[in-house]
Amino acid sequence: MSANVNHSLPLEYQTEQNRLNILGFWIFLGAEIVLFATLFAVYGVLGHRYAGGPTPSDIFKLNDVLIQTLLLLTSSFTCGLAVFFMRQRDMKKLLTWFVITLLLGAGFLFMEIREFIHYVHEGATMQTSAFLSSFFVLLGTHGAHVTFGIIWAIMLIIQLLQRGLTPVTARKMFIISLYWHFLDVVWIFILTFVYLKGMVA
Amino acid sequence: MEHKSKYPVSHVVGFLFSLVLTFVAVFVALKMNVSYTIVMWIIGSLAVIQAGLQLFMFMHVTEGEDGKTNVINMAYAVFVAIVIVAGSIWVLTSGHAAH
Repeated sequence: MSANVNHSLPLEYQTEQNRLNILGFWIFLGAEIVLFATLFAVYGVLGHRYAGGPTPSDIFKLNDVLIQTLLLLTSSFTCGLAVFFMRQRDMKKLLTWFVITLLLGAGFLFMEIREFIHYVHEGATMQTSAFLSSFFVLLGTHGAHVTFGIIWAIMLIIQLLQRGLTPVTARKMFIISLYWHFLDVVWIFILTFVYLKGMVA
Repeated sequence: MEHKSKYPVSHVVGFLFSLVLTFVAVFVALKMNVSYTIVMWIIGSLAVIQAGLQLFMFMHVTEGEDGKTNVINMAYAVFVAIVIVAGSIWVLTSGHAAH
């Protein structure tokens, strides 16, 4: 693994193993796009079958959705900053921006869980209608990804503190940044094709 | 591929563009008085632009020696996604309604 170290590249690209891992993660993200596509397809087909239950415009709240959007969008930006400073070998700024990313992600999750609890109290549960089943499955899968990303990030922060910046920890940091940006990309489509679509008419 | 500048210019620009695109989409969806179809086409296009922005300005999809492979992989994933979403909706709604 230490063979073929190219010091002219950023840390995360220096070894063959790292380059393969990063390529592998891109291919995983391709599969994730397809996973979310199936859930969007289900929502696209079933999203207007209310079964006498609440409709999107009954339950969606623009302010809450906007706050979630801004939290996640800003966290994607701060995650990019973390990687930017990693490439300058600035551990302190890397950790600072990465922790801010995590806090914003946690804030997003808090808002989303609060939203779901609110819906359930209004009688809009997964069992209410096909619209709500597909809604909760799509949004829940995204939220589960964010949750997993937060746990993953906490473990990576511990490793960064223990080992410092090495080609291995830099590669792990770079890969989680791809994952985190990807979650924001999925959210853009959720905002557009679930929330805004539901609030148009 | 290494960031040469001292400041994360492309990240800040990408972030500002994303904010603008988000608010334009919200404005078009909720405040503009045009038909549902037109609104969906506009905000759908804005979403695709913003996703591309994230992919190129934040994720640097083209960088590294596997940059080309990444782009082909993403393009293929997007193609499959469009087939799944558009195809499913087409078959399960208009196809169903015809019978």
